[in-house]
Amino acid sequence: MSDWVAIFIAALMVISAIFAVEWRDLLAAVVGMAAVSLFASIAFFFLQAPDVAMVEAAIGAALSAAVFILAIKRTERYESEEESTGWWVRW
Amino acid sequence: MNPYYFASIALILIGFYAVLVKRNVIKMLVGLSIMETGVNLLLISVGYVSGKSAPILSEGITPDKAVDPIPQALVLTAIVIGVATTALALSVVINLYEKYKTLNVEEIRRLRG
Amino acid sequence: MVKRILAIVFILIIGLWMAKALDQVPFGEDRMLVGKYYLEHVKEETGAVNAVTAVVVNYRGFDTLGEVTVLFIASTGVAALLWRNRRKRTAKTEGSVVLTTGARLLLPFIMLFGAYIFIHGHLTPGGGFPGGATIATAFLFLYLAFTVYEIDHRIFEPLEGLAGIGYVTVGLIGLAIGGYFLFDWIWQTWGLGKENIGRLLSAGFIPIIYTLIGIKVGTELTGIVDNMVKEPEEGGQ
Repeated sequence: MSDWVAIFIAALMVISAIFAVEWRDLLAAVVGMAAVSLFASIAFFFLQAPDVAMVEAAIGAALSAAVFILAIKRTERYESEEESTGWWVRW
Repeated sequence: MNPYYFASIALILIGFYAVLVKRNVIKMLVGLSIMETGVNLLLISVGYVSGKSAPILSEGITPDKAVDPIPQALVLTAIVIGVATTALALSVVINLYEKYKTLNVEEIRRLRG
Repeated sequence: MVKRILAIVFILIIGLWMAKALDQVPFGEDRMLVGKYYLEHVKEETGAVNAVTAVVVNYRGFDTLGEVTVLFIASTGVAALLWRNRRKRTAKTEGSVVLTTGARLLLPFIMLFGAYIFIHGHLTPGGGFPGGATIATAFLFLYLAFTVYEIDHRIFEPLEGLAGIGYVTVGLIGLAIGGYFLFDWIWQTWGLGKENIGRLLSAGFIPIIYTLIGIKVGTELTGIVDNMVKEPEEGGQ
């Protein structure tokens, strides 16, 4: 029983992380990062660590996402779309 | 291979991929933050003992029925320091945007001086 | 395109190495050496019931002082990098009715809950850091709901400095009484509270230090949010 729960949470975490890295809208990427933090907090609870679960839920899911969104407000929202020029970037 | 070990290695690798390949600075910082979450998960899953419960010694929990408390103390510190350095990095990014008007790493590298 | 393929191959090789290394560490076995000593002696040497809290504040208190220093440097760095002469809030639309009414009603309860978390740090899970983060979330809530709200810097910054000085002072008093920095002088020299382990007034200086850390972390994270919300005025710096 507990093995199924562990596999389920691990799968949700990895899928949210892949989506967070791939989306071009930066606000959606930040929401994906907050989802990874939330599922990690649930995993910490199942690994019998309640202190760490509280800290991760309070800081990782709320304040880290808030700081990112305030930084996106002052810069751009979408990633730029062009490819790099040539396959070897000159330094 | 245990699901917690697999998930933490996958998170570290996905975050590292974002830092290596993506060109937007904020996307690189998202990848760095995901990498830190993966490392914390790995530390706590190493300290787990199956069958024991949380290390709070209230009524009925004797010291040989508790999980290891030391990795939890280390990870408590690491999570808070992670968010502090992310906030500092984002304020550097805000200043970069005001000076160069772009967030693309290759263009910032070309506009030197 | 070639860069992407090279990166994926490199990452897969690193993943293979890590998986091979983690095969030698089986999941769920009892490997505690120092942890067993801490678990057996935590009730008579520190008086706390929460073993993780006792390790963070009492057995490894100097590392927590280093962490508080890193948070302080990060907060000062954010304030120094985003500093202009005239900055103000530039939000144009106020929040909806649900947000403003909810902020006015829920603010004292959120602050009370945060204070409960850091005062009971030695009995229940939590401690100073999630308590301070909850208080900072209450102030972030106020920033999101109203367009003219600002925190008063003349109250928050001296409070943060005084909390930091208080932590070092507690350590120096321990040096004067016992012989080393951050000696637990309340539990081991005066012996206050040795009879009610498991209740509120016990565990030496752990409640005092966690109150100071909770105040410091709460005001620091609020200061970081405040510096990032304000923008320079239009038409110059």
